[in-house]
Amino acid sequence: MSQFTINMVFIGLSFALYIGIALWSRAGSTKEFYVAGGGIHPITNGVAVAGDWMSAASFLSMAGMVAFMGYAGSAFLMGWTGGYILLAMLLAPYLRKFGKYTVPSFVEDRYQSKAARMIAVVSLLCISLTYMIGQMTGSGVVFARFLEVSVDAGIWIAAGITFFYAVLGGMKSVTYTQVAQYCVLIVAYLVPPIFISMQLTGNPIPQLGMISEVTGESVHVMTKLNGVLTDLGFAEYTAYAADPLNFFLLTATLMVGTAGLPHVIIRFFTVPKVADARWSAGWALVFIALLYLTAPPVASMARLNLMDTVYPNGSQANPIDYEHRPDWMNNWMETGLLKFEDKNGDGLIQYYNDANPAFKATADERGWAGNELTVNNDIMVIANPEIAKLPGWTIGLMAAGAIAAALSTAAGLLMAISSAVSHDIVKVTLKPDLSEKGEMLVARIAMLGTLVVSAWLGMNPPGFAAQTVALAFGLAASTLFPALMMGIFSKRINGTGAIAGMLAGITLTLVYIFMFKGWLFIPGTANFPDTKEFWFFGVNPLGIGFFGAIVNFIVAYGVSLATQPPPQEIQDLVESVRYPKGAGAAINH
Amino acid sequence: MVDKQVAQAYWKMNLRLIAGCIVVWALVAYGIAMFFREALSSIRFGGVDVGFWFAQQGAIITFVCLVFFYAWRMNQIDKKFGMNED
Repeated sequence: MSQFTINMVFIGLSFALYIGIALWSRAGSTKEFYVAGGGIHPITNGVAVAGDWMSAASFLSMAGMVAFMGYAGSAFLMGWTGGYILLAMLLAPYLRKFGKYTVPSFVEDRYQSKAARMIAVVSLLCISLTYMIGQMTGSGVVFARFLEVSVDAGIWIAAGITFFYAVLGGMKSVTYTQVAQYCVLIVAYLVPPIFISMQLTGNPIPQLGMISEVTGESVHVMTKLNGVLTDLGFAEYTAYAADPLNFFLLTATLMVGTAGLPHVIIRFFTVPKVADARWSAGWALVFIALLYLTAPPVASMARLNLMDTVYPNGSQANPIDYEHRPDWMNNWMETGLLKFEDKNGDGLIQYYNDANPAFKATADERGWAGNELTVNNDIMVIANPEIAKLPGWTIGLMAAGAIAAALSTAAGLLMAISSAVSHDIVKVTLKPDLSEKGEMLVARIAMLGTLVVSAWLGMNPPGFAAQTVALAFGLAASTLFPALMMGIFSKRINGTGAIAGMLAGITLTLVYIFMFKGWLFIPGTANFPDTKEFWFFGVNPLGIGFFGAIVNFIVAYGVSLATQPPPQEIQDLVESVRYPKGAGAAINH
Repeated sequence: MVDKQVAQAYWKMNLRLIAGCIVVWALVAYGIAMFFREALSSIRFGGVDVGFWFAQQGAIITFVCLVFFYAWRMNQIDKKFGMNED
């Protein structure tokens, strides 16, 4: 069987599973469409949150970022897990007690303001759309490689498939398909590193392999990797962050943003009790940590294997001949995500850091005229089994897992977007007499529109999948998180304050991002090049969300103090969400 | 309706627990793995320093433990103050 056939079999089988589940649990009423009719067990809910949460960014892009950034890539690892602490302690249980379906409805009730609700809805749409662009970019990479089509064609195929099954069922099928998708993606993610760790260190547990000695050599994996990298002018893998400010800001932004992500928060409305919301956050983090703890060994071993492939006789000897390149390089060159250019015309693949002035003398001495190999970060994880020469079925498994990761999140985001448009904008604000059927129709049109826009922008994304997604977290951090947290922990914050805070947060964050990434992410519309010399005070747009959040907190508090405190009934509402007793089922409104 | 004094004491316990967890959370992620990494760099194992290991592994493990600790402790406090559902 050819590799293409094996991939198709794995992808086909996994799809048959998801579609089967979607058909089996087709949603009936609007209530079921949104929150799966109430009671989902905390562990099941935790798996679904994990499946929903871990997207193309976590699955494909993150280990690739860590592989090329080394220690500095830890911002993604700590940021995307550390946020669950904030979510579990500061938001989830209280919002569950509040007991309504959506984040905007909490904002409206707490701040007694339709305007506040609209700002929350707009923030939610900005966050989810940006997030979707990252998913589309990632799916494009996967489909391009495994269906052997161009990246752009891959993106449109992904959009079509996502639409198909997000429409088939609502949240219920999404909840159970997400459980299935989590299982597929986690198996796909964990199997290759076990083999790779065995090959490299003889230890089947990748997390231990990462800190073990390389088989047959009395040198640790990390020490060897550091040595190879410095030989070629790259920074050491374990080097201190070259830009500590942005390392800190990115970590903080991702943490705060995680807690403010609407499509994750609504998941906590679906558990039966407040106590379950707390457990559910814990279970979600366990299932997420399984992947996040494996990503670092994946990253370091993939980087080492990549260097070994290019320099089979060690970094001091000559690299491989282009004519003898391995098959996986060919496969990826076809997608355009791996590029080779023979700058010095010697037929060998020189891969080194030509941006390092201190290394120029060594490069000249070795007769090198510039780096000749460009590797897109986003391909590292799926290329990993091929680079390590693992059997064909592990590659097929990888294909199914990567697609599961991208689609599960895309489906969850579509739900959040469509409910914001159909329920919050159309039903509540514009046309209160809309029938249930009409609401479903609007929801589906919103899904279609979202997919078209995000697929189009995904073809010229503002960064690697993980970076695009990081921008979405910046928006969540600067808008929803402060409004929700202060709404629970402070009785003094009033509607005027919350509105001013959210507007200040989103304006600062969006404008800063758009100035460097292009207005509405449309290519060619950026005011400044996205490089350190141009960043204000050296702040990377990926890390601006943390400042957005601080500005939001300060403005909201300041304006609230200058205006009337909220009425007694609101103070009673705040009081009541703090106590689990008498939560009951989530109610409609 | 919940008794006012009990409610206040309950909320105070919750805030204290949250503060404790946040301190541990910050100490691990922003302390050991970030700002104190250089100061702790003499502690090494498996070819890496302790700060690097925490940034890529230890912090995540700590987060998992923290979330479960909070859920367990808080559910206990709920019961103690009669705030639990049924």
